[in-house]
Amino acid sequence: MFDSWKIVIGILIFLGLVTFPIWYSKGKAGPPPKLELPKKEKKCVESTAYMASSHMQLLDLWRNAVVRDNDRFYVNAEGKKYLMSLELTCMKCHTSREQFCDRCHNYLDVTPICWDCHIQPGLKLPGRSK
Amino acid sequence: MDQSRRKFLKIAGLSALGLGAKPAVDALAQGAPGKFELNPKALKAKRWAMVVDVRKFRESGSGEEAMQRCIKACHTVHNVPDFPNPKDAVKWLWTEPLGNAFPSLEGQVLHHYVEERLKGLPVLILCNHCDNPPCVRVCPTKATFRREDGIVMMDYHRCIGCRYCMAACPFGARSLNWRDPRPFIKTKLNREYPTRMRGVVEKCDFCAERLAKGIMPACVEACKNKELVFGDLEDPNSEVRELLRTNFAIRRKPQLGTRPQVYYIV
Repeated sequence: MFDSWKIVIGILIFLGLVTFPIWYSKGKAGPPPKLELPKKEKKCVESTAYMASSHMQLLDLWRNAVVRDNDRFYVNAEGKKYLMSLELTCMKCHTSREQFCDRCHNYLDVTPICWDCHIQPGLKLPGRSK
Repeated sequence: MDQSRRKFLKIAGLSALGLGAKPAVDALAQGAPGKFELNPKALKAKRWAMVVDVRKFRESGSGEEAMQRCIKACHTVHNVPDFPNPKDAVKWLWTEPLGNAFPSLEGQVLHHYVEERLKGLPVLILCNHCDNPPCVRVCPTKATFRREDGIVMMDYHRCIGCRYCMAACPFGARSLNWRDPRPFIKTKLNREYPTRMRGVVEKCDFCAERLAKGIMPACVEACKNKELVFGDLEDPNSEVRELLRTNFAIRRKPQLGTRPQVYYIV
């Protein structure tokens, strides 16, 4: 094989660059975000573990149930009944988009489009005082 | 040898497909831990329909004002934007001159003397919630669909803004948000109802969200003299059936076969 040393050096440089994010942070992840949890309510619609891992699937099922099947209520595994609404149920406890939704979504670099249409608490329309 | 290699590849391919598909199928099949329920207080019907009593608008003194009140009620409840350029206009509920609303009947059923009787009043126009809706047939994403109770609904989550439905609708009842509608919402913001985003088609949905709560559509509620009547067409004792039994009512462009379910008493 001709010029094998050039190829080996090239491969080493390439591997070094590709793994840069791993060795630069020395295997440590950035600190996870701290979420502002509701004060008055202790339990969410489902268990905390389920909400943390699968809230997006649940919200997706909710929106299909509401818009397409006209079902408006959700009865959770414990039998408690909730109105299926982002504005009227979720955001009544999680009162701040910035301190709850965005903190995690920014950390994970995901950009859900919920708020393009749904109205976040305290939204001010452009060019208006209230 | 060839034959067995062929068989091996087939089996290998199928098993790879099967193994690969399993997680995807599992993820899709995963339901919610809880159950979904209808609101027991919701208003139900086999076939929702509306009767617009054009005569009553004339009788109520200032018909124009009554119509504007209905429009304002609708647009406030649904955060409908008000774009200054008429080309961008978003319309849920609006008015048209009699001749424009019923072009095929002008000069026939709606002869000169009917127009004289209505004193040049415009007609309130909204989505007809057709029984045979062309918009639903052309929608490539099923963003618009016909519900069991006849309401032609919009699922804004699914709309990709292709505007096929706008081309298909012969009544001009659908509007695209060419721009972000939020800066153009002139009414008081209803925080319980979403706005739309750029590139989404919107229209009247017979206030499906209000019916689900057990209240009548906003425009019907805003009409104090029962100029608009909303009810179940399949129920022979309903108010709409009574009105249609005792009055002569017309529909917009019935010859197109879309079977509109908004009736006009002229």
